[in-house]
Amino acid sequence: MPKSPGKTTRDVQRNGGTEAPDPAISARGLVRKFGDFTAVNDVSFTVARGEIFGFLGPNGSGKTTVIKLLTGLLPLSGGEASVEGLNVRTDSERVRERIGYMSQNFSLYPDLTVTENLTFYGRIYGLNPERLKKRIDDVVQMNGLGPYLNRLAAQLSGGWKQRLALGCAMLHEPKLLFLDEPTAGIDPVARRQLWDLLFDLSGHGVTFFVTTHYMDEAERCSHVAYIYYGKLIADGTPNSLRELPDVTPAGTMRVEITTPEVTRALKIARGIPGIRSATIFGQSIHALIEDHFDLDDLRGQLLQQGIAVAEIRPLAPSLEDVFVELTYKNQANGASETEARRA
Amino acid sequence: MRDIFRGFGAVFYKETLHVRRDFGTLFFSLIIPLLQMLLLGYGIDTNIRQINTVVFNADGRQESRELLDRLKNSDTFRIRRYVNSDHEMNDMIIAGKARVGIKIPVDYSDKLLHQMSAQVLVLIDGSDSTVAGQAINVTTAIGLDESLRRALVNNETFAVDMRPKLLFNPDSRSPNFFLPGLTAILLLNVTTFLTAFSIVREKERGTLEQLFVTPVKPMGLLLGKLLPYLGIGFFELILILTFMRFVFHVPIHGSVFLLAFLSLPYIFVSLSLGILISSKANSQSEAMQLAFLTILPSIFFSGYIFPRETMPNFFYVLSYFVPATYFINITRGVILRGAGIVHLWPDALALFAMGTFLLVIAARRFQNKVIVA
Repeated sequence: MPKSPGKTTRDVQRNGGTEAPDPAISARGLVRKFGDFTAVNDVSFTVARGEIFGFLGPNGSGKTTVIKLLTGLLPLSGGEASVEGLNVRTDSERVRERIGYMSQNFSLYPDLTVTENLTFYGRIYGLNPERLKKRIDDVVQMNGLGPYLNRLAAQLSGGWKQRLALGCAMLHEPKLLFLDEPTAGIDPVARRQLWDLLFDLSGHGVTFFVTTHYMDEAERCSHVAYIYYGKLIADGTPNSLRELPDVTPAGTMRVEITTPEVTRALKIARGIPGIRSATIFGQSIHALIEDHFDLDDLRGQLLQQGIAVAEIRPLAPSLEDVFVELTYKNQANGASETEARRA
Repeated sequence: MRDIFRGFGAVFYKETLHVRRDFGTLFFSLIIPLLQMLLLGYGIDTNIRQINTVVFNADGRQESRELLDRLKNSDTFRIRRYVNSDHEMNDMIIAGKARVGIKIPVDYSDKLLHQMSAQVLVLIDGSDSTVAGQAINVTTAIGLDESLRRALVNNETFAVDMRPKLLFNPDSRSPNFFLPGLTAILLLNVTTFLTAFSIVREKERGTLEQLFVTPVKPMGLLLGKLLPYLGIGFFELILILTFMRFVFHVPIHGSVFLLAFLSLPYIFVSLSLGILISSKANSQSEAMQLAFLTILPSIFFSGYIFPRETMPNFFYVLSYFVPATYFINITRGVILRGAGIVHLWPDALALFAMGTFLLVIAARRFQNKVIVA
């Protein structure tokens, strides 16, 4: 008996020592080489607990490789990373107990039913039968898998496969979930539902590391980073990225020009001196113009050329603008000889 | 200790589900070896009998016909045709219509009558060495026998009387010799393929990568995969043995239980081999090719078809590294020679050692994730 209180005091002390919680992920100078090719080059970032961290970048830019480095699937060639306060190099086994991972192709067993898939992953994480049953009930309820329990995974549609995969990844109640392109090939409704679920869980303190191609999904994240051919070129909240000086250089501003004749208007707009760049967005043109421009003057110039303009108004840059600008800037700096795909 | 096998229970549970779900595949992988056994068991006779023979009997008298009868009665030769010239006889052999040509010269009977040495020409097609060997042995033996009969006039006995006795397989039945060896090959086939496929499939689906992000340990994963297939392999063995005993009537002289017991280390080796293959192969077709690579040496260097003793030194040494070598010794030992554990434990031990060695290498490869990188 006297032993027990002593231990408790020590635990309290230890907890007190780590009162300022470790970040969910801390990556410092990550490097991964495959032979001569450097897939990940000096990447550093920090993900705080409870964040939804959006990790973006073109195909083949190293997103999945970073996930593999952080989950211990691939050894680091350089740098240090800690996940949930544990060093990935030395403690990868305990890391794996605490994280969930959902890969691009929803790694399920098609010949097993929904219940069997869940049971298998639960047992892999060593849940005892009682807890397993309770967790399966929770996960099924959370993901709405109820009607499909006895269906083979192969017979589920994309959206349901994704939910089942997510369910499998969160059975053991990880505090950190890695989702590698969770919404690739999923219909918009399922996408929306997934994000609602992520927000809900994030509200309960779960951290998400999500890779995606979709800019609207990036806008939903509380923290985004952009990786371009192995190098991290942006890191911050969506709003802080919009305000980066590189995105809207000094002496310029962004405007949205709404017009019924976007295609012709774009050609003309690109010819007007003082318009640095212009792109079509649905029924409007997003342009980066020099800020000495008077908006009425611009409207006049377009009208002269026979373009009816409904509205011109200043615009905050979208995340897509941010990433496109940063990509061009990086290309100009010779950071990469590889041609970037224009978004 | 429990920790290095972490995940074993879960993987075992899942693997038995896979097997149950995919009953069709399992059924065929169990039935096909039996069909192969049926084909090989009925189709292959290693005893050489009824060799096609062409005869040019230039003599034609009583003595020459007696000699031909003796050749026919040996069951080794079957006289397809009688010809009347050297030329025709040669033609028959070149055309492949006869493998042996026997020419009895004109003066055969005369020479015998005058107690002189009578010569008989035997031409043998050497393109199949086993047939040729048998033809040489039988003709020589008949010649010798014939000479002795004529030399020993008054029922004298031979000075030296060799009495060969075939042990264990007195009738020289081919299935008795062939099927115990075939058991080893078929078993290897089934188990190696099944395990290799079951893991490579997980690679193809990406589930293996998923498993590596969980706390499952390589040994837990591999043993969980291995054990259900060990069961299947064992069941297959029982099927094959039942077939061998009751369809082909191969008597089992030793203990069936011993045989079943000693098959476990062999199945273990085959499964480990399958796992090792799966650590290298990235697709099922690649796995298939690698698996075939292991099967050929098992057929040719294990003593299954060609006796190991006659192999060149290099291959003789090589045969010690072929698991089937040991298991064929076990099956032939128990089934034909009635051998017991006293005679066979070194083979079982060698198999167990090989299996462990292969499994440890495979586990290391999985541990280092050589396969996902």
